[in-house]
Amino acid sequence: MLGPGIASYLILSVVLFATGAFGVLIRRSPLIILLALEIMLNAGNLALIAFARQQGDGDGQIFALTVMVVAAAEAVLGLGLIVAVSRKRVELDVDALTSLKG
Amino acid sequence: MDLVLAASAANILVWIVWIVAALALLASGIAVVLFANPFYSALALIGNLASLAVLYLLLDAEFVAAAQVLVYAGAVVVMFLFVIAYLGGRADAPWAGGPTLQSVAAVAAAAAIALEVVVVIALKADDALSTTADVGESFGSPAEIGMLFLSDHLLAFEVTSIVLLVAAVGGVILGGSMPKEQED
Repeated sequence: MLGPGIASYLILSVVLFATGAFGVLIRRSPLIILLALEIMLNAGNLALIAFARQQGDGDGQIFALTVMVVAAAEAVLGLGLIVAVSRKRVELDVDALTSLKG
Repeated sequence: MDLVLAASAANILVWIVWIVAALALLASGIAVVLFANPFYSALALIGNLASLAVLYLLLDAEFVAAAQVLVYAGAVVVMFLFVIAYLGGRADAPWAGGPTLQSVAAVAAAAAIALEVVVVIALKADDALSTTADVGESFGSPAEIGMLFLSDHLLAFEVTSIVLLVAAVGGVILGGSMPKEQED
């Protein structure tokens, strides 16, 4: 294989995953938390495709495509929830959403 | 001799493309997380997804790269932009008011995740990860992905359609207008 080895792709993927995890932990706007979640899912996809290339097996790419479908469904439902919350005139801040707190 | 030179020139070219794509990937990822305005974050996500598609191409996953650009940059990000425009993206600066205990803990947790996995990859880089299989021309082509989906992974393919249908119905119910008595 030309260019860098599989380990370089995996390290790139984990750094991207950590960036996304940092975003989910630190941001308070639910919209940006969803965007950071997409970054985390994509980092997982990069690792799956790197392993598929290493094994020479297409199954990893099938898994990555399925993850994409799940990510699209998650984005639809997450955005739907955000729109529904904002209709209730609640401030879009995850620290303010405390109605379900025990 | 000419063949060897051509092979090493191709290798250098792939390295350059990889480094540019990797830097763009990390820079746009950090931009998504740190932009105060969600509109700019969603635009930075497009750059993130495009550089990922370049890396997928380098890994011989042509169909996944095309699907990535179509599904994400074409559909998911557009949906994000519509919702942000509808709600009026309120700027929320992540660092406003200096570093809090929560932000310090978030940095530590993300760094711990990255460090753990990098150490494991470094330990395995010399044995398990050093060999890469040889693949033919058709690896990752739409024809091969289609064959896999319709033979070995038929159940996943069918479940996918149900997941998408349920998500579409759920999105309509969540986003649609509620009956008057349930309004509050």
